[in-house]
Amino acid sequence: MHKVSLGATGLLGFAVVWQLIPALGLVDPQYLPYATDVFAWLVQEVRDLAFWRRLRLTMTSWAVGLAIATLAAVVLGTAVGLVPFLRRATHTMVEFLRPVPSVALIPLAVLMFGLQMRAALVIIVYAAFWQVFVQVIYGVADIDTVARDTARSFGLTRRERLRYLVLPTALPYLMTGLRLAAAVALILAITAEMVIGNPGLGRSIELSRSAGDAVGLYGLVVVAGLLGLLVNIVFRFIERRSLTWHQSVRSEETR
Amino acid sequence: MNTRPAGPVARAAANFLFALGLPFLTVVLWGIWSTASTSRFFVGPLTILDAFRQIWIGPAFVDDVLPSLYRLALGIVASIVLGVAAGVTIGRFRRLRETLEPLLEFFRAIPPPVLIPVAMLLLGITDTMKVVVIVSGAIWPILLNTIEGVRATDSVMVETADSFQIPSWERLWLLVLPAASPRIMTGVRQALSVALILMVISEMFASSSGLGYRIAYFQRNYLIAEMWSGILLLGLIGVSLAVLFGLAERRVLRWYHGMKEITRA
Amino acid sequence: MPDGSPLLRVEHLRKVYATTTGEVEAIGDLSFTMSHGELVCIVGPSGCGKTTLLKCLAGLLRPTSGRMEMDGAPVTGPSPAMAVVFQEYGRSLYPWLTVRGNVELPLRHKKLSRAVRDRIVTDAIEAVGLPQATLSHPWQLSGGMQQRVAIARAIAYQPEVLIMDEPFAAVDAQTRAELEDLVRLLHLTRGISTVFVTHDIDESVYLGQRVLVLSNSPTRVQEDLVIDLPSERDQLTTRALPRFTELRTHIYGQIQRARRGPAAAPRSAP
Repeated sequence: MHKVSLGATGLLGFAVVWQLIPALGLVDPQYLPYATDVFAWLVQEVRDLAFWRRLRLTMTSWAVGLAIATLAAVVLGTAVGLVPFLRRATHTMVEFLRPVPSVALIPLAVLMFGLQMRAALVIIVYAAFWQVFVQVIYGVADIDTVARDTARSFGLTRRERLRYLVLPTALPYLMTGLRLAAAVALILAITAEMVIGNPGLGRSIELSRSAGDAVGLYGLVVVAGLLGLLVNIVFRFIERRSLTWHQSVRSEETR
Repeated sequence: MNTRPAGPVARAAANFLFALGLPFLTVVLWGIWSTASTSRFFVGPLTILDAFRQIWIGPAFVDDVLPSLYRLALGIVASIVLGVAAGVTIGRFRRLRETLEPLLEFFRAIPPPVLIPVAMLLLGITDTMKVVVIVSGAIWPILLNTIEGVRATDSVMVETADSFQIPSWERLWLLVLPAASPRIMTGVRQALSVALILMVISEMFASSSGLGYRIAYFQRNYLIAEMWSGILLLGLIGVSLAVLFGLAERRVLRWYHGMKEITRA
Repeated sequence: MPDGSPLLRVEHLRKVYATTTGEVEAIGDLSFTMSHGELVCIVGPSGCGKTTLLKCLAGLLRPTSGRMEMDGAPVTGPSPAMAVVFQEYGRSLYPWLTVRGNVELPLRHKKLSRAVRDRIVTDAIEAVGLPQATLSHPWQLSGGMQQRVAIARAIAYQPEVLIMDEPFAAVDAQTRAELEDLVRLLHLTRGISTVFVTHDIDESVYLGQRVLVLSNSPTRVQEDLVIDLPSERDQLTTRALPRFTELRTHIYGQIQRARRGPAAAPRSAP
């Protein structure tokens, strides 16, 4: 309870400081509008259907991108993780492709698909894929050798092994990857809208900037932050749930 | 398993094939495909290489690449210094930490690129703005990981320092920072990829020079091979950053990896 | 320092922890004194507040009431006159420093010349028998060797009192015997006053010149026992002495009694 009130104090303090900076004339309100104005704008905006429609577009590309990336990463990651030959053969390729910043692909995506959601998806999928892929490989590699030998000696079929051995071991890793991927996918969904211009939250941000609408711009930044927070909280919850029935000691690679 | 006992030469050859086999195969297939396909957007690897040489090895290196790298480096260094300094301070005082926690969670959750328009509004289209954008996105993973690392400093290690009355400055260098260093390095690794993204985006958005600007320019003017060469260059920068980080991490965390290896064995 | 003069005086020490479920009394009312150059073992049933007592002595915890004096001056916090050897050597040594770095750690802020500091560090490492491991990291050493490093660090600090908190609880029996002899040797050759907390009765009899038996809830000194064994001890012959067995049996009985119920009044030695 004590902790909650301290945290609330922090948030309130931030709002007060924000309000004071333009009020004291430290920064022109044209560039940093009053916190109260931004909150008033937010209250008005959430009653507007168009706002929710834009939000839905952003979240759609986020969800579709995340789903495609996860599916591809689970299939490929399991295969690469389970087959030593594939792991060795793909290692260099993975190490070279993974650090490539996904935004470098924006021009290519625009050329291929024009200013549409599909172009955004390319970038979202590319960025989110690696997060899940790497974790799935870790997870599959983490399978206990004794457990695997046991499964073999009891003559479990390939399908049973996947179901009872691979899946339970790799699942917490997958959830960690999913949480990281969800955050990254949101970043790139909004980024793509800003740069490519497919409609959604990101394009609204870019439009408010070019229109000089500071209040709207700050309001949308707050919305983006809340969206990010929501995604983090939900996926952290899912991850924790998946951990409760599988206790595994894992590296610090979880954040 | 097909691993019959093999000589060291055979093993080295196998390693070599495994390391470069797939990349080589990809490039060859790419070349065949690009000549066979009718798509204008996929040009052959040799054409890309040629464009790469013509564009980036020359004045563009000084005009576009160096300024980008300079801003990137400045942003990363500032993020590390500020993130660690603030993280140590916040991590050491429980009340301060609990006060700031929800606020920091919120700031971390803001997708960093949305700060570009804000920074443009506040600072105009300047170099400072781009560095500020990089810092404002890359600082969070470092800051939050440092806080967590400092908070989780082992209680017996702290009592040891207490009992020997280690003064606070030495305590910072000999206890707090090393103890938090594995977490700090995790944060830095995440910060590097964020920083690179923000460097590119801020230049695509608001610049008349730099790598991001140049690539977007090529795309708008349908200079396909040139665009690909830019993507290649960004990829190389990403890979180099990862390699440099790997080297630095191995140095800084040598004790940590050594210790882990022993406890695992 | 003159042998026999009082070095450490503890009077009516009491420590109460405030928890969410109410107050927990870790130490009830504890008094004892210790002379210069003594090796005192403190033994008691588990959960009797041994670690709390030790942390109070080391100035790491503030007692709720009572007095502690070192050489006549009240103890209010950690002091250069005391050095602690913790049970958890793995967490007390800093894994990012080498053995030498760890031993040097408490000397860095003492105003010593480079040469003097180097000499003290080398001497301490040699005293615990680890000159070959100077440049290793603690995690490269066995548990027993790590605890030797912790002991070296404590003696390099050159304290008046060495405080050891169940230091050998986590090592195997063979290593433990070697470390016990090391403590005796350091005490004999360097005359460092030592407070040795343990739950092992045999260890307390073998090591101590005196043994304080603590009682459980409330924690107080149940018995202050002088160990009248010859000062030359070794693992085989000393432990085989009839007197050793007598003392051990006696303390064992005291601890059983302490565990069963409220402490009886302090009794004299048999």
